[in-house]
Amino acid sequence: MNWIPLTDADKERMLRVIGAGSVEELFSAIPEDLKHGQLNLPEGLDEPAVRGLAETYARGNRTDLISFVGGGYYDHYIPAAVDALTARGEFLTAYTPYQPECAQGTLQAIYEFQSAICRLTDMEVANASLYDGGTAVFEAVTMACRATGRNRVVLDHSLNPRWREMVHTHAANLSLNLNDGRDPQDAACVVVQNPAFRGTLWDYSALAEACHAAGALLVAVFNPISLAVVKTPGSMGADIAVGEGQPLGIPLGFGGPYLGLMASRKAFIRKMPGRIAGMTVDHDGRRGFVLTLQAREQHIRREKANSNICSNQALCALRALIYLSLAGPVGLRNVAERCRAGAEWLKKRISHVAPCVNDGPTFNEFTVRLPRNAEDVVADLIPRGYVAGIPLSLVGAGASDELLVAVTEKRTLDELEQFAAALEEACA
Amino acid sequence: MKLIFKKSVPGRGTTIFDPLSQAVQPLPDSLMRGDPPALPEVSELEVIRHFTGLSRRNFGVDSHFYPLGSCTMKYNPRIDELTASLPGFTGLHPHWATIPAARALCQGALAVIWELERFLAEIGGMKAGCLQPMAGAHGELAGVLMIAAYHRTRGNHGKKVMLVPDSAHGTNPASAAMAGFSVRTVPSAPNGEIDFDAFRAALDETVAGVMLTCPNTHGLFERQVAEIARLAHEQDALLYYDGANLNAILGKVRPGDLGFDVMHFNLHKTFSTPHGMGGPGSGAVAVGERLEAFLPGPRIIRGENGDFDLMTPEHSIGAIAPFFGSFLVGLRAWTYIRAHGRDGLPKVAEAAVLNANYVLARLKDHFHAPFGDRCMHECVLNATRQVAAGQVKALDIAKALLDRGFHAPTVYFPLTVPECLMIEPTETESRETLDAFCEAMIEIARLAEADPEALKQAPTSMPVGRLDEVKAARELNCSC
Amino acid sequence: MNPESLRYSDEYEWIGESNGVYVVGITDFAQEKLGDITYVELPAVGKKIARGEEAAIVESVKAASDVFAPVSGTVIEVNYALENDPGLINRDPFGRGWIFKLDGINQKEYEELMSYIAYRAFCQGES
Repeated sequence: MNWIPLTDADKERMLRVIGAGSVEELFSAIPEDLKHGQLNLPEGLDEPAVRGLAETYARGNRTDLISFVGGGYYDHYIPAAVDALTARGEFLTAYTPYQPECAQGTLQAIYEFQSAICRLTDMEVANASLYDGGTAVFEAVTMACRATGRNRVVLDHSLNPRWREMVHTHAANLSLNLNDGRDPQDAACVVVQNPAFRGTLWDYSALAEACHAAGALLVAVFNPISLAVVKTPGSMGADIAVGEGQPLGIPLGFGGPYLGLMASRKAFIRKMPGRIAGMTVDHDGRRGFVLTLQAREQHIRREKANSNICSNQALCALRALIYLSLAGPVGLRNVAERCRAGAEWLKKRISHVAPCVNDGPTFNEFTVRLPRNAEDVVADLIPRGYVAGIPLSLVGAGASDELLVAVTEKRTLDELEQFAAALEEACA
Repeated sequence: MKLIFKKSVPGRGTTIFDPLSQAVQPLPDSLMRGDPPALPEVSELEVIRHFTGLSRRNFGVDSHFYPLGSCTMKYNPRIDELTASLPGFTGLHPHWATIPAARALCQGALAVIWELERFLAEIGGMKAGCLQPMAGAHGELAGVLMIAAYHRTRGNHGKKVMLVPDSAHGTNPASAAMAGFSVRTVPSAPNGEIDFDAFRAALDETVAGVMLTCPNTHGLFERQVAEIARLAHEQDALLYYDGANLNAILGKVRPGDLGFDVMHFNLHKTFSTPHGMGGPGSGAVAVGERLEAFLPGPRIIRGENGDFDLMTPEHSIGAIAPFFGSFLVGLRAWTYIRAHGRDGLPKVAEAAVLNANYVLARLKDHFHAPFGDRCMHECVLNATRQVAAGQVKALDIAKALLDRGFHAPTVYFPLTVPECLMIEPTETESRETLDAFCEAMIEIARLAEADPEALKQAPTSMPVGRLDEVKAARELNCSC
Repeated sequence: MNPESLRYSDEYEWIGESNGVYVVGITDFAQEKLGDITYVELPAVGKKIARGEEAAIVESVKAASDVFAPVSGTVIEVNYALENDPGLINRDPFGRGWIFKLDGINQKEYEELMSYIAYRAFCQGES
């Protein structure tokens, strides 16, 4: 099937206007000997057939299992209104607001999104979003280098190992000096994460002071849901705050699309990558919104731009904004507290077979030590209907008997109890 | 419209999320947030009305013809939305694939990616594909990082320069710079194609690669492309294909057959995944033989028993996405390719090129057409005639179109064409829609002569008139 | 400053002597081409710069332009007034819209710059 409305009569008529004998003639700039014959692809399908095929593939996935897998991406409930609103064609099928007069919906939504992220993080300015949490960490690192004129970057062990790897991939040819640890001396920035990848909550206020004394910036990586209850990057003194926005109404979707969140102190806004919407007025004084500070961007600065990014995850940012609007401060706190309460309950319930090894309080996720290999325990629990967590040795963040367990507000007490019982048996 | 924050009333809010039923020990003060975040407290109906209201202040493909050049704003089939919302895909945690024992739980999704990457490789005439890059610019970065790694592995230490034509998208030089290359710009010839002699002069042993868009942003197929590839390869420089304009040649000619070593696909353009106001998209890449070992990892492979597994290529540049890229975007593209099939995809290019040429033919007597009377999937016109006559500028024409119910073409890009109007109608528009658009353009051209002041006031029917961008930049207000 | 007594680079910078130091700005032609200036990134005071080196950045809504040092020297003062009112460059490019001052300049490089008359001819060729 296809979605081409031209009839044979249309084509004939159009070719006459063009003055061409055939459609093929329009491709005459392409050397004949380089043109390709039939593609080696399957035959086309009509709508019922393609739907049926997709459903078959979907059934090849087992989303009926109860999962305690997190690692920066969490199985939170998505309110029905999020899907209903973001499916509207005026959002879904619009593009970048190049003509602001016919894109005020997009631009106001981005402005509101930026405001919501500032309010959530206690930071002064935010951009219109980046691709995901990992690229947001990378962009924060290069932003700190631009702001300080330094190229030493310090990545703390609390950082999600996937995002650490992404920083290394992206920075491979940038003459950055990437170090592990927390020493801010001569550094552009120190990057820390809260909660840490293994689940522990930290107060980085003292580190922020040490960074500032050394002329370095503190980049704080956050989980947006946690900020309903957990100390914010802004109140710790962070200069740049970045995070993965997936928990805010975005489906897990096997890896994306996700949402990179970025906020900073106002002093650094011109070093910030990505789009920024700003408020202004039209010639009659009516309030309106435009993309602003575009001189930082690639379509103007080309190779001197702050980043090559030329899009944002606008539809995902809209999902996050709608989620935050539906939840409000109270709903978001309810979600956060229920995540933490569930995690605390489970942590205690399984402590006799799988003691928690975090060296401080945790939020929605914690690390336990199992009596045997974590991969084996996870494998044994799959037939019983559970994916028990991430064996930390698989992501280079722990020993082979350590498991990272995440709990969201979707897990009922019954589910937690049954899972605990199954884990007890698997550990025995 | 009021900001959603201004609609907030303390204590209102929704009750979607119940409070905690039993108490939990509070966090230590040093770890706790102070005041709660000042998020809106509004009812669900107010949220629905607010965002429905915002949506009505937007043009989208669903509501308006959207001939934005270089953006391929074609119809986004609803079947693609349906497959991408199947719970068997949306609810799938990507870290399940990290855990060998749990890989069996996501075989359907791994199969989709594996198939899509093979489809893309076949369409591109390449050896292998990778869905990881999360946008076109991100695909460019992945591509030039692979080129850098290729030269590093071969000990080509002197190769530090990337050749980029002056008609290229700004992302090309920005991506090359992010991969540590210096950029050497190659000018365009008066006929709109790359200046071949200037290219030859710029190509020396320091050149690591050449980034080309083909057809280029003037809407023209680069007729010297195979020769450019041959000369580049003589210097062991690799050829990058910017897939922004792939819709023009889909199934007609393959970048790999033209000599390109690496390319990205804008799945949101060619394969019609929705643009979503600017994202999310996908910049999946494909590579030829020279770069297969450098692809981002891990990659998905199919074992002898038919099961899908993960493997990291020998010289992989590493992970450029946290997992497999924008999977749900890829799933839409997979649906689109499955629906069209091998015979359907070339028809897309044929209709796209026919539509663009039709628009060019109808408008070339009313606006200056700098590159002759033939184009590929988009046509470039400009308003130099109107500007020279002291009438109106390209911007005025763009704004006047909004009042007539059409989204504007891309204006002032490419930078090589002054007062540029770049029109890409796409294959999903009917002849009647194109006629209506052309008639509006012709009427605007006439009005530019008769009453230019009227056009300078446009738009007058939108929620706001022309906005003060200088004020926005000088008196920065980007959050409340 | 009087444009006729200044010297000019082919990147549209002007430079002129005032009380023993050399003042640098961008020309009227340059500000006209850029449009309303929205931001100026100033060099650090004390910075030594070589001729042709990027010294400052001038941004408008749709463009960003590097300001190159027309001659080598040391930055001894910058025009902080531009931080709050970048439009000064549009309104008074040869006066209150100056960007930075140089000391210890290379006289030979200075002599090589265009005179006002040569610069006028150069602009006519460009526009």
